[in-house]
Amino acid sequence: MSAPWEPVIGLEVHCELSTATKLFCGCRNAFGEEPNTDVCPVCLGLPGSLPVLNIRAVEYAMRIGLALNCEVRPSLFHRKNYFYPDMPKDYQISQYDAPINVGGWLELPDGSRVRVERAHMEEDTGKTSHIGGGGRIHDADHALVDYNRAGVPLVEIVSAPDIRSSAQARLYASELRGILVATGASDGRMEEGSMRVDANVSLRPAGTFELGTRCEIKNLNSLRSLGRAIDYEVERQAGLLEAGEKVVQQTRHWNEDEGVTVALRSKEEAFDYRYFPEPDLVPVVPDPAWQAEVAASIGPMPAQRRAKLAGLFGSTEPTPARTDQIATVVEHGLDGLVAAAVVAGVEPGLALARTSNEAAADPVGARRLDPGVYVALLRMEQSGKLSATQAKTVLTEMLENGGDPAEIARRRGFEALEADSLATVVADVVAAHPDEWERYRAGDDKLVGFFTGQVMRATSNRANGKAVAAELSRLRA
Amino acid sequence: MTGAAPGPMARPALDLARGVREGSVSAAEVVERYLGAIGEVDGELHAFVTVLHESARREAAEVDNKVAAGEDPGPLAGVPVAVKDNMCTRGVATTCSSRILDGWCPPYDATVVQRLRAAGAIVIGKTNLDEFAMGSSTENSAFGPTRNPHDPGRVPGGSSGGSAAAVAAGLAPLALGSDTGGSIRQPAALCGVVGMKPTYGTVSRYGLVAFASSLDQIGPLSTTVGESAVVFDVIGGQDPLDSTCLERPVPRSASALDDGVQGLRVGLVTELVDGVDAAVGARVREAAEALAGAGANVEECTIPELRHGLPAYYLLAPAEASSNLSRYDGVRYGLRVDADTAEAMNAATRAAGFGPEVKRRIMLGTYALSAGYYEAYYGQAQKVRTLIIDALATAYQRFDVLLGATTPTTAFALGSKVDDPWAMYLSDVCTVPSNLAGHPAVSIPYGADDSGLPVGVQVLAPALGEPVMFQVAAVVERSAPRLAPPRVRAGTAAS
Repeated sequence: MSAPWEPVIGLEVHCELSTATKLFCGCRNAFGEEPNTDVCPVCLGLPGSLPVLNIRAVEYAMRIGLALNCEVRPSLFHRKNYFYPDMPKDYQISQYDAPINVGGWLELPDGSRVRVERAHMEEDTGKTSHIGGGGRIHDADHALVDYNRAGVPLVEIVSAPDIRSSAQARLYASELRGILVATGASDGRMEEGSMRVDANVSLRPAGTFELGTRCEIKNLNSLRSLGRAIDYEVERQAGLLEAGEKVVQQTRHWNEDEGVTVALRSKEEAFDYRYFPEPDLVPVVPDPAWQAEVAASIGPMPAQRRAKLAGLFGSTEPTPARTDQIATVVEHGLDGLVAAAVVAGVEPGLALARTSNEAAADPVGARRLDPGVYVALLRMEQSGKLSATQAKTVLTEMLENGGDPAEIARRRGFEALEADSLATVVADVVAAHPDEWERYRAGDDKLVGFFTGQVMRATSNRANGKAVAAELSRLRA
Repeated sequence: MTGAAPGPMARPALDLARGVREGSVSAAEVVERYLGAIGEVDGELHAFVTVLHESARREAAEVDNKVAAGEDPGPLAGVPVAVKDNMCTRGVATTCSSRILDGWCPPYDATVVQRLRAAGAIVIGKTNLDEFAMGSSTENSAFGPTRNPHDPGRVPGGSSGGSAAAVAAGLAPLALGSDTGGSIRQPAALCGVVGMKPTYGTVSRYGLVAFASSLDQIGPLSTTVGESAVVFDVIGGQDPLDSTCLERPVPRSASALDDGVQGLRVGLVTELVDGVDAAVGARVREAAEALAGAGANVEECTIPELRHGLPAYYLLAPAEASSNLSRYDGVRYGLRVDADTAEAMNAATRAAGFGPEVKRRIMLGTYALSAGYYEAYYGQAQKVRTLIIDALATAYQRFDVLLGATTPTTAFALGSKVDDPWAMYLSDVCTVPSNLAGHPAVSIPYGADDSGLPVGVQVLAPALGEPVMFQVAAVVERSAPRLAPPRVRAGTAAS
């Protein structure tokens, strides 16, 4: 990026709420079903049908608002009018000038704070597939529409233009996803489209305050494409500005394959949505008692949970590696496993390592794990009954199939070596590698890894890595 | 069957229901009689879009089976009801008298249709209307106009013209209409029958194809006030499928009919008397005198704000309609005119499927909601709506009910206003205030003008004031001058 330009970025994040049913009817809110099976007169917009608000969706929207420090207000639904074949009524029921959540903020792990202007409710549209020809909108032979998604409840979270880099944008989206998952209101899966991000990007001369002309980038389906698209767009706009040209206010489409943004429509071509209050619905007025009830129902947010995990290591600032491990554990909602292990006397570093590496690699299996059984495994490793490699193998099997760690270890023949036979093996290995031993004696600690590897090979992974290191250290002393 | 004899056709719906319940007449006989009447004269009137021969006979057999089994067949047992063709009937074409819904059969029944059937009523057919209920003469039907039974050269009013003509001509003892700006009361007045618009939110709109959602309300048309009260009691009440339905119970109306008007305060609204044709105004004043004679305290009052109702209505209703009618895009149901792109298909379908009045209102409404014009049009009209609500609230501090004409004129000649939309819109001037305020109102036949055309008198009440409104309407009805039977009616073709 060119030095004199400061990027100004705001994100609009749509997330699908994980309610059992749709926003205005009793149809199932499900992903991946046969097309047009979760539909009824209401979500198909048949003549004479009327929307009835799903109170659970309102509650989920409130959870999101409260988690983002918003003020929850009496709100109205409006109609946003435009023609599109996958929108059954050719208007979208959304919230306009009276959204349910306003004026919050989100604190990122790097300490920066991004303001949240609003988080409002609306209904999702159906999905159009272009068939035949090149399979794209302009050369397709025909199109098919699946209305299963039509009427699925969404919350759109609009940030203030407080973001200054693609890295910060990614951090915001990632932290927001963690919050959505933590509230239980959404599963935050970008790959399934249950969380979708649009980025508003503009540039201004560094050190100035007036906002430049922005472009809105759509079709950002992963954190990676969010970052890449912003970087591309910043370069593009900087190029224009430096050439003395103007940025044209546009909606642009991110082309993942070619790594470019392409103009979709300009401000002049923008729709006039003709918003007006939805006459088929009544105002939603979340009274203080209801708000308090919802607030009490949501657990601690990721930032608090990370702080709690960091606290296990005392007051010292965690290392970057440990910070990453903590973030991974929180992201996958596995804090409970770590906490249970530490309470049971497992060393926090070991608990965090196994949870963030092996357990988090299979988050579904990990969430099924019985904490007591998990703790039993970690204690076997800590006491030297299992080597690290053996413990990982047992854990992987537990994640896949469940089961008792002692039994799995027995079945696999993982009997830890007695201390005296381990000493014999270590002595043999040292004798077989005199050069390496000399270097180790001279203080090259990296060779612990080498010797441990040799001992592991000699014992078919039955040795405990820590015990090997202790024995080496004893021999050197 | 002869027109002059007081045979079964002349009996009000409630007598029919009693006969069916007591077994003195079968529902099957009743249905055959009405199907015969429709076959006899509807070729001339064109009140019906669809006549449900088979399902009506099947429903009648079910009622008769219940009677035979000693089960309660309901308060409207065996009574045929004509349903305006903008209310959904499962498996039966629901056209809104528009080409754009060509071939569409709803997969569900409107809540009102379910409630009628649960009360033992039989849906005998679907009646003609101005396309999507937009009009005051039923001439805006894609299937051709309905004619007024009192003078087939004249309109029956609209948009529920088919329902009003059917009841007037004896083709159905009861009908349902929908009233957005007067579409039940105006045709009831022009056809010489009773037509009632309930308080907004007392009757479920689920299954009513929307015209203007904040104004639409379903209500009954009948020969007598008492029958409308019974139908209102049957179709009213909370519905979980309509969020705008009031949660509080709807007041029962049929029980207060004989309570008289002693001591009730009736406001004769100057704006609803002086601006109308002299013959109509004279009838309204007669009705006021009759109420005074029956013990009511009648006083003339003026509510100048009411004159702003019509322009406000003709911004708000088209604005909502422009959005409600967007879904007719050729993608999912009804008419589709193929074209190369989805946008072109949508435009071609709507160009071919909608009639001129519907297009006019979609354009008006789209304009009124457009960026830069919203505040000046839609926003301003909402303020006028509030003004009218406040003015009526003030009036109801002094009066229990208000009295006025239903329409400024009696039935006008077919074709006389089709080229002058504003003249046509003026037909609604006396009725729109109740829609804007969400209040109930009923039109009661009150004699005729010099040409023998029916005149309607309107009783207006505050929200949920149905019991007192019907109470006053019953007294108006008893004092009404006799109206000659319609020229076209069941029995006349054969005689």
